[in-house]
Amino acid sequence: MSTALSVSDLHVHLGESHVLQGISFDVPAGGVTALLGRNGVGKTTTLRALLGLVPRTRGVVALEGDDVTRLSTHAVVRRGVGYVPEDRDVFAGLTVEENLRLAERNGHARYDLVYDLFPELRERAGQRAGTLSGGQQQMVAIARALLNENRLLLVDEPTKGLAPALVTGVAAALERAAELTTILLVEQNLRVVQRVARDVVVLDAGRVVHTGPAHELLADPDHVRRLLGVHGGGH
Amino acid sequence: MSTFVLLTITGLGLGAMYFLVASGLSLIYGLMGVLNFAHGAFITVGAYLAWWFGEQIGGGAGVRLLVGGALGIAGGALLAGLVELCLIRPLYGRPIEQVLVTVGLALALGALVQGIWGADSKPFPVPSWMIDTTTIFGANVPNDRFVEIGVAAAVLLGLTAFLRHTRFGLVIRAGVENRAMVSALGIDVRRAFTIVFALGGALAALAGVLSGVYFGVVDPGRGTSLLIFAFIVVVIGGFGSIGGSAVAAVAVGLIQQYANYYASSGTGDLAVVLLLAVLLLVRPSGLAPKVAH
Repeated sequence: MSTALSVSDLHVHLGESHVLQGISFDVPAGGVTALLGRNGVGKTTTLRALLGLVPRTRGVVALEGDDVTRLSTHAVVRRGVGYVPEDRDVFAGLTVEENLRLAERNGHARYDLVYDLFPELRERAGQRAGTLSGGQQQMVAIARALLNENRLLLVDEPTKGLAPALVTGVAAALERAAELTTILLVEQNLRVVQRVARDVVVLDAGRVVHTGPAHELLADPDHVRRLLGVHGGGH
Repeated sequence: MSTFVLLTITGLGLGAMYFLVASGLSLIYGLMGVLNFAHGAFITVGAYLAWWFGEQIGGGAGVRLLVGGALGIAGGALLAGLVELCLIRPLYGRPIEQVLVTVGLALALGALVQGIWGADSKPFPVPSWMIDTTTIFGANVPNDRFVEIGVAAAVLLGLTAFLRHTRFGLVIRAGVENRAMVSALGIDVRRAFTIVFALGGALAALAGVLSGVYFGVVDPGRGTSLLIFAFIVVVIGGFGSIGGSAVAAVAVGLIQQYANYYASSGTGDLAVVLLLAVLLLVRPSGLAPKVAH
Protein backbone atom coordinates (compact mmCIF):
# COMPACT_ATOMS: atom_id res chain seq x y z
CA MET A 1 0.00 0.00 0.00
CA SER A 2 1.42 3.43 -0.96
CA THR A 3 1.99 6.17 1.58
CA ALA A 4 -0.04 9.39 1.37
CA LEU A 5 1.80 11.20 4.14
CA SER A 6 5.10 10.52 5.83
CA VAL A 7 6.15 12.40 8.97
CA SER A 8 9.69 11.96 10.20
CA ASP A 9 11.25 13.25 13.45
CA LEU A 10 8.93 16.26 13.61
CA HIS A 11 9.64 18.72 16.43
CA VAL A 12 7.55 21.78 17.32
CA HIS A 13 8.18 24.34 20.03
CA LEU A 14 5.43 26.74 21.07
CA GLY A 15 7.02 29.35 23.28
CA GLU A 16 8.95 27.49 25.98
CA SER A 17 6.98 24.31 25.44
CA HIS A 18 8.43 21.42 23.39
CA VAL A 19 5.03 20.24 22.13
CA LEU A 20 6.06 17.68 19.50
CA GLN A 21 9.21 15.79 20.42
CA GLY A 22 10.27 14.02 17.26
CA ILE A 23 7.11 12.27 16.06
CA SER A 24 7.31 9.90 13.10
CA PHE A 25 4.45 8.07 11.43
CA ASP A 26 3.06 7.17 8.01
CA VAL A 27 -0.48 7.57 6.73
CA PRO A 28 -1.31 4.92 4.11
CA ALA A 29 -3.14 6.10 0.99
CA GLY A 30 -6.91 5.71 1.08
CA GLY A 31 -9.20 5.46 4.07
CA VAL A 32 -9.04 7.12 7.45
CA THR A 33 -6.11 7.15 9.86
CA ALA A 34 -7.10 8.43 13.30
CA LEU A 35 -4.67 10.47 15.36
CA LEU A 36 -5.58 9.80 18.97
CA GLY A 37 -4.42 10.80 22.42
CA ARG A 38 -5.42 12.51 25.62
CA ASN A 39 -6.12 16.25 25.67
CA GLY A 40 -3.04 18.39 25.22
CA VAL A 41 -0.70 15.73 23.83
CA GLY A 42 -0.15 17.59 20.55
CA LYS A 43 -2.77 16.25 18.11
CA THR A 44 -4.00 19.63 16.88
CA THR A 45 -0.44 20.96 16.84
CA THR A 46 0.52 18.01 14.63
CA LEU A 47 -2.11 18.91 12.03
CA ARG A 48 -1.18 22.59 12.19
CA ALA A 49 2.51 21.75 11.86
CA LEU A 50 1.83 19.56 8.80
CA LEU A 51 0.25 22.61 7.17
CA GLY A 52 2.94 25.02 8.34
CA LEU A 53 0.48 26.97 10.47
CA VAL A 54 2.90 26.60 13.39
CA PRO A 55 6.68 26.70 12.84
CA ARG A 56 8.45 23.33 12.69
CA THR A 57 11.72 23.22 14.58
CA ARG A 58 12.98 20.08 12.90
CA GLY A 59 11.77 17.12 10.87
CA VAL A 60 10.48 16.20 7.45
CA VAL A 61 6.92 16.14 6.10
CA ALA A 62 6.45 14.35 2.77
CA LEU A 63 3.26 14.21 0.72
CA GLU A 64 3.28 11.12 -1.51
CA GLY A 65 7.07 11.28 -1.40
CA ASP A 66 7.35 15.04 -2.09
CA ASP A 67 9.10 16.95 0.68
CA VAL A 68 6.77 19.82 1.61
CA THR A 69 8.51 20.77 4.86
CA ARG A 70 9.79 24.12 3.66
CA LEU A 71 6.67 25.18 1.80
CA SER A 72 4.37 27.89 3.14
CA THR A 73 0.84 26.97 4.20
CA HIS A 74 -0.90 27.99 0.98
CA ALA A 75 1.68 26.10 -1.09
CA VAL A 76 1.18 22.90 0.95
CA VAL A 77 -2.59 23.21 0.52
CA ARG A 78 -2.16 23.73 -3.22
CA ARG A 79 -0.28 20.43 -3.36
CA GLY A 80 -3.62 18.82 -2.50
CA VAL A 81 -4.23 19.07 1.23
CA GLY A 82 -7.62 20.01 2.68
CA TYR A 83 -8.07 21.16 6.27
CA VAL A 84 -11.05 21.12 8.61
CA PRO A 85 -9.92 23.01 11.73
CA GLU A 86 -10.91 22.16 15.29
CA ASP A 87 -13.02 25.28 15.83
CA ARG A 88 -14.47 25.20 12.28
CA ASP A 89 -13.09 28.71 11.60
CA VAL A 90 -15.80 29.57 9.12
CA PHE A 91 -15.74 33.21 8.06
CA ALA A 92 -18.60 34.57 10.13
CA GLY A 93 -19.13 37.74 8.09
CA LEU A 94 -19.26 35.86 4.78
CA THR A 95 -22.26 33.96 3.49
CA VAL A 96 -22.22 30.18 3.14
CA GLU A 97 -21.84 30.56 -0.61
CA GLU A 98 -18.92 33.00 -0.17
CA ASN A 99 -17.21 30.64 2.30
CA LEU A 100 -17.39 27.91 -0.32
CA ARG A 101 -16.39 30.17 -3.21
CA LEU A 102 -13.31 31.26 -1.28
CA ALA A 103 -12.22 27.64 -1.01
CA GLU A 104 -12.40 27.02 -4.78
CA ARG A 105 -9.11 26.06 -6.40
CA ASN A 106 -8.27 25.27 -10.02
CA GLY A 107 -11.82 25.84 -11.26
CA HIS A 108 -13.00 22.27 -10.61
CA ALA A 109 -15.11 22.85 -7.52
CA ARG A 110 -17.25 19.85 -6.58
CA TYR A 111 -20.46 21.65 -5.61
CA ASP A 112 -22.53 18.61 -6.61
CA LEU A 113 -20.69 16.50 -4.06
CA VAL A 114 -20.91 18.95 -1.16
CA TYR A 115 -24.56 19.80 -1.79
CA ASP A 116 -25.33 16.12 -2.07
CA LEU A 117 -23.65 15.53 1.31
CA PHE A 118 -25.08 18.66 2.91
CA PRO A 119 -28.26 19.73 1.07
CA GLU A 120 -28.95 22.23 3.86
CA LEU A 121 -26.02 24.34 2.68
CA ARG A 122 -27.68 24.94 -0.68
CA GLU A 123 -30.79 26.24 1.09
CA ARG A 124 -28.68 28.49 3.31
CA ALA A 125 -26.27 29.69 0.61
CA GLY A 126 -27.13 33.35 1.18
CA GLN A 127 -27.01 33.19 4.98
CA ARG A 128 -24.05 34.61 6.91
CA ALA A 129 -22.01 31.74 8.32
CA GLY A 130 -21.79 33.43 11.72
CA THR A 131 -25.54 33.01 12.16
CA LEU A 132 -25.47 29.21 11.54
CA SER A 133 -25.69 26.61 14.32
CA GLY A 134 -22.54 24.75 15.36
CA GLY A 135 -23.55 21.73 13.30
CA GLN A 136 -24.23 23.81 10.21
CA GLN A 137 -20.89 25.59 10.61
CA GLN A 138 -19.22 22.19 10.76
CA MET A 139 -20.94 21.29 7.48
CA VAL A 140 -19.47 24.46 5.92
CA ALA A 141 -16.00 23.62 7.26
CA ILE A 142 -16.13 20.06 5.88
CA ALA A 143 -17.68 21.22 2.60
CA ARG A 144 -14.83 23.71 2.08
CA ALA A 145 -12.33 20.89 2.39
CA LEU A 146 -14.28 18.57 0.09
CA LEU A 147 -14.87 21.18 -2.59
CA ASN A 148 -11.50 20.45 -4.21
CA GLU A 149 -9.91 17.18 -5.19
CA ASN A 150 -7.34 16.67 -2.45
CA ARG A 151 -4.74 14.00 -1.88
CA LEU A 152 -5.11 14.31 1.87
CA LEU A 153 -7.66 15.75 4.27
CA LEU A 154 -6.62 16.88 7.75
CA VAL A 155 -9.73 16.83 9.92
CA ASP A 156 -9.57 18.09 13.50
CA GLU A 157 -12.29 16.95 15.93
CA PRO A 158 -15.22 17.36 13.54
CA THR A 159 -17.75 16.07 16.09
CA LYS A 160 -16.64 18.28 18.96
CA GLY A 161 -19.61 19.90 20.67
CA LEU A 162 -22.17 18.41 18.29
CA ALA A 163 -25.46 16.74 19.27
CA PRO A 164 -25.50 12.92 18.82
CA ALA A 165 -27.72 13.09 15.74
CA LEU A 166 -25.29 15.46 14.07
CA VAL A 167 -22.32 13.26 15.04
CA THR A 168 -23.83 10.44 13.00
CA GLY A 169 -24.22 12.76 10.03
CA VAL A 170 -20.62 13.94 10.26
CA ALA A 171 -19.38 10.34 10.52
CA ALA A 172 -21.36 9.45 7.38
CA ALA A 173 -19.82 12.42 5.57
CA LEU A 174 -16.34 11.29 6.62
CA GLU A 175 -17.03 7.78 5.33
CA ARG A 176 -18.12 9.21 2.01
CA ALA A 177 -15.08 11.50 1.87
CA ALA A 178 -12.79 8.57 2.69
CA GLU A 179 -13.95 6.87 -0.52
CA LEU A 180 -12.48 9.81 -2.42
CA THR A 181 -9.33 10.69 -0.54
CA THR A 182 -7.03 9.89 2.37
CA ILE A 183 -8.01 11.35 5.75
CA LEU A 184 -5.93 12.01 8.84
CA LEU A 185 -8.55 12.46 11.56
CA VAL A 186 -8.14 13.82 15.07
CA GLU A 187 -11.13 12.57 17.02
CA GLN A 188 -12.00 12.06 20.69
CA ASN A 189 -15.21 10.13 20.04
CA LEU A 190 -14.11 6.50 19.82
CA ARG A 191 -17.44 5.39 18.36
CA VAL A 192 -16.72 7.60 15.37
CA VAL A 193 -13.15 6.27 15.21
CA GLN A 194 -14.44 2.72 15.37
CA ARG A 195 -16.86 3.44 12.54
CA VAL A 196 -14.57 5.24 10.10
CA ALA A 197 -10.89 4.59 10.90
CA ARG A 198 -8.73 1.85 9.42
CA ASP A 199 -5.51 2.76 11.24
CA VAL A 200 -4.59 4.68 14.35
CA VAL A 201 -1.61 6.70 15.53
CA VAL A 202 -1.57 7.43 19.26
CA LEU A 203 0.32 10.38 20.75
CA ASP A 204 1.32 10.91 24.34
CA ALA A 205 3.29 13.88 25.64
CA GLY A 206 4.40 14.86 22.16
CA ARG A 207 5.59 11.39 21.12
CA VAL A 208 4.08 8.56 19.09
CA VAL A 209 3.37 5.71 21.48
CA HIS A 210 1.33 3.37 19.27
CA THR A 211 0.53 2.75 15.62
CA GLY A 212 -1.51 -0.02 14.07
CA PRO A 213 -4.92 -1.12 12.81
CA ALA A 214 -7.81 0.65 14.53
CA HIS A 215 -9.81 -2.51 15.17
CA GLU A 216 -6.92 -4.13 17.05
CA LEU A 217 -6.52 -1.20 19.44
CA LEU A 218 -10.24 -0.70 19.99
CA ALA A 219 -10.74 -4.43 20.66
CA ASP A 220 -8.42 -4.19 23.68
CA PRO A 221 -10.14 -2.02 26.35
CA ASP A 222 -7.16 -2.21 28.73
CA HIS A 223 -4.83 -0.92 26.02
CA VAL A 224 -7.30 1.86 25.15
CA ARG A 225 -7.53 2.84 28.82
CA ARG A 226 -3.74 2.91 29.20
CA LEU A 227 -3.16 4.93 26.03
CA LEU A 228 -6.14 7.24 26.02
CA GLY A 229 -7.42 7.25 29.58
CA VAL A 230 -10.94 6.32 28.43
CA HIS A 231 -12.98 3.17 28.03
CA GLY A 232 -13.03 1.66 24.56
CA GLY A 233 -16.13 1.89 22.40
CA GLY A 234 -16.67 5.61 22.75
CA HIS A 235 -17.59 8.12 25.38
CA MET B 1 -29.38 78.57 8.14
CA SER B 2 -26.74 79.57 5.57
CA THR B 3 -23.97 79.22 8.17
CA PHE B 4 -25.21 75.79 9.15
CA VAL B 5 -25.28 74.66 5.50
CA LEU B 6 -21.77 75.99 4.93
CA LEU B 7 -20.47 74.27 8.07
CA THR B 8 -22.17 71.02 7.10
CA ILE B 9 -20.78 70.92 3.57
CA THR B 10 -17.30 71.99 4.76
CA GLY B 11 -17.45 69.31 7.46
CA LEU B 12 -18.41 66.72 4.85
CA GLY B 13 -15.47 67.84 2.70
CA LEU B 14 -13.11 67.41 5.63
CA GLY B 15 -14.73 64.07 6.45
CA ALA B 16 -14.17 62.99 2.86
CA MET B 17 -10.40 63.37 3.30
CA TYR B 18 -10.47 61.62 6.66
CA PHE B 19 -12.36 58.76 5.04
CA LEU B 20 -9.84 58.38 2.21
CA VAL B 21 -6.97 58.15 4.68
CA ALA B 22 -8.86 56.02 7.20
CA SER B 23 -10.17 53.46 4.70
CA GLY B 24 -6.66 52.40 3.68
CA LEU B 25 -5.42 52.49 7.25
CA SER B 26 -8.38 50.42 8.37
CA LEU B 27 -7.96 47.76 5.68
CA ILE B 28 -4.22 47.51 6.34
CA TYR B 29 -4.71 47.01 10.08
CA GLY B 30 -7.77 44.81 9.65
CA LEU B 31 -6.11 42.46 7.18
CA MET B 32 -2.48 42.54 8.22
CA GLY B 33 -2.51 43.73 11.82
CA VAL B 34 -0.02 46.46 10.89
CA LEU B 35 -0.43 49.77 12.68
CA ASN B 36 0.99 51.92 9.91
CA PHE B 37 2.35 55.21 11.24
CA ALA B 38 3.97 55.84 7.83
CA HIS B 39 0.52 56.28 6.28
CA GLY B 40 0.74 60.04 6.85
CA ALA B 41 3.95 60.11 4.83
CA PHE B 42 2.06 58.55 1.88
CA ILE B 43 -0.36 61.51 2.09
CA THR B 44 2.48 64.04 2.07
CA VAL B 45 4.46 62.30 -0.66
CA GLY B 46 1.34 61.94 -2.82
CA ALA B 47 0.49 65.62 -2.43
CA TYR B 48 4.05 66.77 -3.15
CA LEU B 49 4.44 64.46 -6.16
CA ALA B 50 1.15 65.81 -7.56
CA TRP B 51 2.38 69.38 -7.06
CA TRP B 52 5.86 68.63 -8.47
CA PHE B 53 4.61 66.77 -11.55
CA GLY B 54 2.11 69.59 -12.09
CA GLU B 55 4.95 72.09 -12.05
CA GLN B 56 6.92 70.02 -14.59
CA ILE B 57 3.94 69.62 -16.90
CA GLY B 58 2.91 73.27 -16.85
CA GLY B 59 -0.27 74.52 -18.53
CA GLY B 60 -3.61 75.26 -16.90
CA ALA B 61 -4.41 74.44 -13.29
CA GLY B 62 -6.97 71.81 -14.36
CA VAL B 63 -4.45 69.84 -16.43
CA ARG B 64 -1.77 70.13 -13.74
CA LEU B 65 -4.20 68.93 -11.10
CA LEU B 66 -5.51 66.05 -13.19
CA VAL B 67 -2.22 64.72 -14.56
CA GLY B 68 -0.12 65.65 -11.53
CA GLY B 69 -2.77 64.17 -9.24
CA ALA B 70 -2.87 60.90 -11.18
CA LEU B 71 0.92 60.61 -11.05
CA GLY B 72 0.93 61.52 -7.36
CA ILE B 73 -1.59 58.76 -6.62
CA ALA B 74 0.44 56.27 -8.66
CA GLY B 75 3.56 57.36 -6.76
CA GLY B 76 1.80 56.87 -3.43
CA ALA B 77 0.70 53.37 -4.45
CA LEU B 78 4.18 52.44 -5.66
CA LEU B 79 5.84 53.78 -2.51
CA ALA B 80 3.41 51.91 -0.25
CA GLY B 81 3.85 48.66 -2.20
CA LEU B 82 7.62 48.93 -1.93
CA VAL B 83 7.42 49.70 1.79
CA GLU B 84 5.36 46.55 2.35
CA LEU B 85 7.68 44.37 0.28
CA CYS B 86 10.99 45.69 1.63
CA LEU B 87 10.29 46.82 5.20
CA ILE B 88 7.04 45.34 6.52
CA ARG B 89 7.14 41.84 5.01
CA PRO B 90 10.34 40.74 6.76
CA LEU B 91 8.77 41.75 10.08
CA TYR B 92 5.45 39.87 10.04
CA GLY B 93 4.89 38.31 13.44
CA ARG B 94 6.99 41.06 15.09
CA PRO B 95 4.44 43.86 15.66
CA ILE B 96 6.63 46.04 17.88
CA GLU B 97 9.40 46.14 15.27
CA GLN B 98 6.80 46.87 12.58
CA VAL B 99 5.48 49.86 14.51
CA LEU B 100 9.02 51.15 15.08
CA VAL B 101 9.82 50.81 11.38
CA THR B 102 6.69 52.68 10.31
CA VAL B 103 7.37 55.45 12.86
CA GLY B 104 10.97 55.73 11.64
CA LEU B 105 9.84 55.73 8.03
CA ALA B 106 7.31 58.49 8.72
CA LEU B 107 10.06 60.64 10.21
CA ALA B 108 12.52 59.83 7.42
CA LEU B 109 10.07 60.51 4.58
CA GLY B 110 8.92 63.76 6.22
CA ALA B 111 12.54 64.89 6.49
CA LEU B 112 13.20 63.79 2.90
CA VAL B 113 10.29 65.88 1.59
CA GLN B 114 11.54 68.90 3.53
CA GLY B 115 15.09 68.25 2.35
CA ILE B 116 14.04 68.19 -1.32
CA TRP B 117 11.32 70.86 -1.42
CA GLY B 118 11.91 72.91 1.71
CA ALA B 119 9.74 73.60 4.75
CA ASP B 120 7.62 76.34 3.15
CA SER B 121 4.19 75.47 1.79
CA LYS B 122 3.73 75.30 -1.98
CA PRO B 123 0.71 76.68 -3.90
CA PHE B 124 -1.36 73.79 -5.23
CA PRO B 125 -2.95 73.98 -8.69
CA VAL B 126 -6.68 74.56 -8.18
CA PRO B 127 -8.87 75.36 -11.21
CA SER B 128 -10.79 78.62 -10.86
CA TRP B 129 -14.18 76.89 -11.07
CA MET B 130 -13.30 74.98 -7.90
CA ILE B 131 -12.52 78.23 -6.10
CA ASP B 132 -15.82 79.71 -7.25
CA THR B 133 -18.83 79.24 -5.03
CA THR B 134 -22.30 77.80 -5.45
CA THR B 135 -25.14 79.27 -3.41
CA ILE B 136 -27.16 76.71 -1.46
CA PHE B 137 -29.86 77.94 0.96
CA GLY B 138 -28.09 81.29 1.07
CA ALA B 139 -24.64 79.79 1.76
CA ASN B 140 -21.81 80.42 -0.69
CA VAL B 141 -20.11 77.03 -0.77
CA PRO B 142 -16.72 76.67 -2.54
CA ASN B 143 -17.10 74.17 -5.36
CA ASP B 144 -14.04 72.15 -4.32
CA ARG B 145 -16.07 70.83 -1.35
CA PHE B 146 -18.41 69.07 -3.77
CA VAL B 147 -15.44 67.57 -5.59
CA GLU B 148 -13.98 66.21 -2.34
CA ILE B 149 -17.33 64.79 -1.24
CA GLY B 150 -18.01 63.33 -4.69
CA VAL B 151 -14.60 61.66 -4.95
CA ALA B 152 -14.92 60.14 -1.45
CA ALA B 153 -18.43 58.90 -2.23
CA ALA B 154 -17.18 57.34 -5.47
CA VAL B 155 -14.29 55.69 -3.61
CA LEU B 156 -16.71 54.36 -0.96
CA LEU B 157 -18.97 52.87 -3.64
CA GLY B 158 -16.01 51.51 -5.60
CA LEU B 159 -14.37 49.94 -2.54
CA THR B 160 -17.66 48.43 -1.42
CA ALA B 161 -18.28 46.94 -4.86
CA PHE B 162 -14.68 45.71 -5.01
CA LEU B 163 -14.93 44.04 -1.60
CA ARG B 164 -18.35 42.50 -2.28
CA HIS B 165 -18.14 41.43 -5.89
CA THR B 166 -14.56 40.44 -6.66
CA ARG B 167 -12.59 37.36 -5.73
CA PHE B 168 -9.83 39.55 -4.34
CA GLY B 169 -12.33 41.49 -2.24
CA LEU B 170 -13.58 38.18 -0.86
CA VAL B 171 -10.00 37.28 0.11
CA ILE B 172 -9.59 40.63 1.89
CA ARG B 173 -12.88 40.29 3.78
CA ALA B 174 -12.00 36.78 4.85
CA GLY B 175 -8.43 37.78 5.71
CA VAL B 176 -9.65 40.54 7.99
CA GLU B 177 -11.47 37.84 9.98
CA ASN B 178 -8.87 35.06 9.97
CA ARG B 179 -5.62 35.32 7.98
CA ALA B 180 -4.39 31.84 8.89
CA MET B 181 -7.56 30.17 7.64
CA VAL B 182 -7.33 32.02 4.34
CA SER B 183 -3.83 30.54 3.90
CA ALA B 184 -5.20 27.14 4.90
CA LEU B 185 -7.56 27.37 1.92
CA GLY B 186 -4.56 27.60 -0.41
CA ILE B 187 -4.59 31.38 -0.90
CA ASP B 188 -1.34 33.35 -0.88
CA VAL B 189 -2.45 35.96 1.61
CA ARG B 190 0.88 37.82 1.41
CA ARG B 191 0.11 38.87 -2.15
CA ALA B 192 -3.09 40.36 -0.79
CA PHE B 193 -1.02 42.21 1.83
CA THR B 194 1.09 43.96 -0.83
CA ILE B 195 -1.92 44.91 -2.92
CA VAL B 196 -3.87 46.22 0.08
CA PHE B 197 -0.85 48.24 1.20
CA ALA B 198 -0.51 49.73 -2.30
CA LEU B 199 -4.26 50.44 -2.39
CA GLY B 200 -3.97 52.17 0.99
CA GLY B 201 -1.03 54.21 -0.33
CA ALA B 202 -3.05 55.26 -3.39
CA LEU B 203 -6.00 56.34 -1.24
CA ALA B 204 -3.69 58.25 1.12
CA ALA B 205 -2.08 60.01 -1.85
CA LEU B 206 -5.54 60.82 -3.22
CA ALA B 207 -6.37 62.36 0.17
CA GLY B 208 -3.12 64.33 -0.10
CA VAL B 209 -4.13 65.65 -3.52
CA LEU B 210 -7.62 66.60 -2.32
CA SER B 211 -6.17 68.25 0.78
CA GLY B 212 -4.04 70.36 -1.60
CA VAL B 213 -7.26 71.44 -3.29
CA TYR B 214 -9.05 71.99 0.03
CA PHE B 215 -6.31 74.12 1.62
CA GLY B 216 -4.87 75.53 -1.63
CA VAL B 217 -1.31 74.62 -0.59
CA VAL B 218 0.78 71.57 0.32
CA ASP B 219 3.13 71.54 3.30
CA PRO B 220 5.37 68.92 4.93
CA GLY B 221 3.12 68.59 8.01
CA ARG B 222 -0.04 67.78 6.03
CA GLY B 223 0.18 64.01 6.38
CA THR B 224 0.73 64.05 10.12
CA SER B 225 -2.24 66.32 10.84
CA LEU B 226 -4.61 64.25 8.69
CA LEU B 227 -3.26 60.96 10.05
CA ILE B 228 -4.10 61.79 13.67
CA PHE B 229 -7.77 62.26 12.84
CA ALA B 230 -7.75 59.30 10.47
CA PHE B 231 -6.58 57.09 13.35
CA ILE B 232 -9.46 58.41 15.46
CA VAL B 233 -11.85 57.68 12.58
CA VAL B 234 -10.54 54.11 12.28
CA VAL B 235 -10.93 53.46 16.01
CA ILE B 236 -14.46 54.91 16.02
CA GLY B 237 -15.46 53.12 12.81
CA GLY B 238 -13.94 49.77 13.74
CA PHE B 239 -10.75 48.30 12.31
CA GLY B 240 -11.35 46.64 8.95
CA SER B 241 -14.74 48.24 8.30
CA ILE B 242 -15.02 50.55 5.29
CA GLY B 243 -18.63 51.45 6.09
CA GLY B 244 -17.71 52.15 9.71
CA SER B 245 -14.86 54.40 8.55
CA ALA B 246 -17.21 56.35 6.28
CA VAL B 247 -19.74 56.98 9.05
CA ALA B 248 -17.02 57.89 11.56
CA ALA B 249 -15.25 60.22 9.09
CA VAL B 250 -18.46 62.15 8.44
CA ALA B 251 -19.15 62.36 12.19
CA VAL B 252 -15.62 63.60 12.98
CA GLY B 253 -15.62 66.18 10.15
CA LEU B 254 -19.02 67.57 11.12
CA ILE B 255 -18.34 67.65 14.87
CA GLN B 256 -15.08 69.53 14.28
CA GLN B 257 -16.81 72.17 12.18
CA TYR B 258 -19.86 72.60 14.43
CA ALA B 259 -17.81 72.73 17.65
CA ASN B 260 -15.32 75.19 16.22
CA TYR B 261 -18.10 77.56 15.18
CA TYR B 262 -20.85 77.12 17.79
CA ALA B 263 -18.61 76.59 20.85
CA SER B 264 -15.33 78.37 20.25
CA SER B 265 -12.50 78.10 17.77
CA GLY B 266 -10.21 75.19 18.66
CA THR B 267 -12.81 73.14 20.55
CA GLY B 268 -13.45 70.97 17.46
CA ASP B 269 -10.42 68.78 18.13
CA LEU B 270 -11.37 68.47 21.79
CA ALA B 271 -14.93 67.46 20.85
CA VAL B 272 -13.60 64.71 18.58
CA VAL B 273 -11.34 63.34 21.30
CA LEU B 274 -14.28 63.36 23.72
CA LEU B 275 -16.38 61.46 21.18
CA LEU B 276 -13.58 58.90 20.89
CA ALA B 277 -13.34 58.54 24.69
CA VAL B 278 -17.09 58.03 25.07
CA LEU B 279 -17.19 55.49 22.26
CA LEU B 280 -14.26 53.54 23.69
CA LEU B 281 -16.11 53.31 27.00
CA VAL B 282 -19.46 52.32 25.48
CA ARG B 283 -18.39 50.29 22.44
CA PRO B 284 -14.65 49.47 22.51
CA SER B 285 -14.70 47.54 19.19
CA GLY B 286 -15.95 50.63 17.34
CA LEU B 287 -19.15 51.15 15.36
CA ALA B 288 -18.55 48.06 13.23
CA PRO B 289 -16.57 45.06 14.55
CA LYS B 290 -13.63 43.53 12.69
CA VAL B 291 -15.32 42.47 9.47
CA ALA B 292 -14.50 44.14 6.16
CA HIS B 293 -17.69 45.23 4.43
